[in-house]
Amino acid sequence: MMFVRDALLVAGKDLRIERRSRVALQQILPFGGIVIVMFAFALDADRTSLPSAAPGLFWAAVLLAALLAIGRSFTVEEANGARDGLRLSGLDGGSIFAGKAAAIAVELFLLEVVLGVAVVVLYGVALHGAVVLVCAAVAATIGLAATGTVYGVLATGLRARDTLVPLLVLPAVTPVMLGATRAFAAALEGSTSEAWQWVQLLAAFSLLAVAAGVMAFGPLLEES
Amino acid sequence: MVHLRSAVCMLGRFPALAGADLDVESGEIVLLSGANGAGKTTLLRLCAGLLPLRSGQAEVLGVDLAVDRRAIRRALALVGHETFCYDDLTVVENLHFATRAAGHSSAAADAALERLALSRVAHVTHGRLSQGQRRRVSLAIALARDPRLLLLDEPHAGLDEEGRLVLDEVVRGAPGEGRTVLIASHELDLARKLATREVRLAAGQIREARADVSRPDISRPPRAEAIA
Repeated sequence: MMFVRDALLVAGKDLRIERRSRVALQQILPFGGIVIVMFAFALDADRTSLPSAAPGLFWAAVLLAALLAIGRSFTVEEANGARDGLRLSGLDGGSIFAGKAAAIAVELFLLEVVLGVAVVVLYGVALHGAVVLVCAAVAATIGLAATGTVYGVLATGLRARDTLVPLLVLPAVTPVMLGATRAFAAALEGSTSEAWQWVQLLAAFSLLAVAAGVMAFGPLLEES
Repeated sequence: MVHLRSAVCMLGRFPALAGADLDVESGEIVLLSGANGAGKTTLLRLCAGLLPLRSGQAEVLGVDLAVDRRAIRRALALVGHETFCYDDLTVVENLHFATRAAGHSSAAADAALERLALSRVAHVTHGRLSQGQRRRVSLAIALARDPRLLLLDEPHAGLDEEGRLVLDEVVRGAPGEGRTVLIASHELDLARKLATREVRLAAGQIREARADVSRPDISRPPRAEAIA
């Protein structure tokens, strides 16, 4: 119970900061939108092949925007020694991890909704299997947020953090990219049972990432 | 309360604390003096559990820091060079976050807000505060957490006259509220008026301990941990 309370405290703090600073709204979201539009220009301006490539392009855009959200989540801990404040707060490392990952996940969910609408409109994608699509998105987002939070704290305090986070996170979230893209592709083609198999894989990965984060975040925060 | 024996603490390859011995008992107000780089801030950060002990022994609030330096954190507060606050949160939001994280109610935060005369700026974001107001917020957070050990690093820096009076009142009242205080300061004239004992550091070691530095009503015996 204490764990959940503390995680909600941290998540609330991070989301309040984002709401007030509007970095997510005014920078990360437009960045994701620009990526979607650029992909459309790069691949096929007359939209013939875009629907089939849409799942991969959508998740690539989400992933790139997620890198910004992860970086931002730890940038706010740099000013005024806030990271030391977090360490001194007495909060358990696992609950800090859960709170920060939850805040990133909420931001990514909102981003995915907006980018999803953009993909449907710009790429001409016909939606099928809404339930499996949502479940795949939830599992993939939790996996992205959890993995990103672990690597985000690992790079905290390093001068090369901005370049290091993408280098660390991108290979680590390859299973998420693969699983989410395949799940979306299968669902949009009407192969719901195949899509569910990918969702199970995503859920397993996300569970592992969350468990690893809860255990590792505290020691990583101490050493960062 | 604080017991260090040959405590060594490294900042990179540099031994910022090079075998320090110190005993601080409950209710004391101890001034740490010394030149820049003497190890005052490092000693405070070690006591807060923010820096690892390289060798020697360090026991704070009954906890061996070599075994667990996280267990003590809800029972202490550090007012350092940084405020540990978030620029995009208001004063009251920063206070509530820190207070609730330490397991206390928001009422404690509101009381600290009043005590530090911060009500006027309660809903101003931290990023828009002056340096002196930020120091007050930092002290308010420390008090709201109701710490048994209060660690103050250059607490008078950046404070106006009114702020310094509030700070002095807080420090003087600390023993009565069950707190022990360690102050690192270069403003010795101000800090000596508050301290019950002064400990001088040089090159990461305790060089001299003086009892009853300024206050005639304090009659604590000098401690034997001084190193020549």
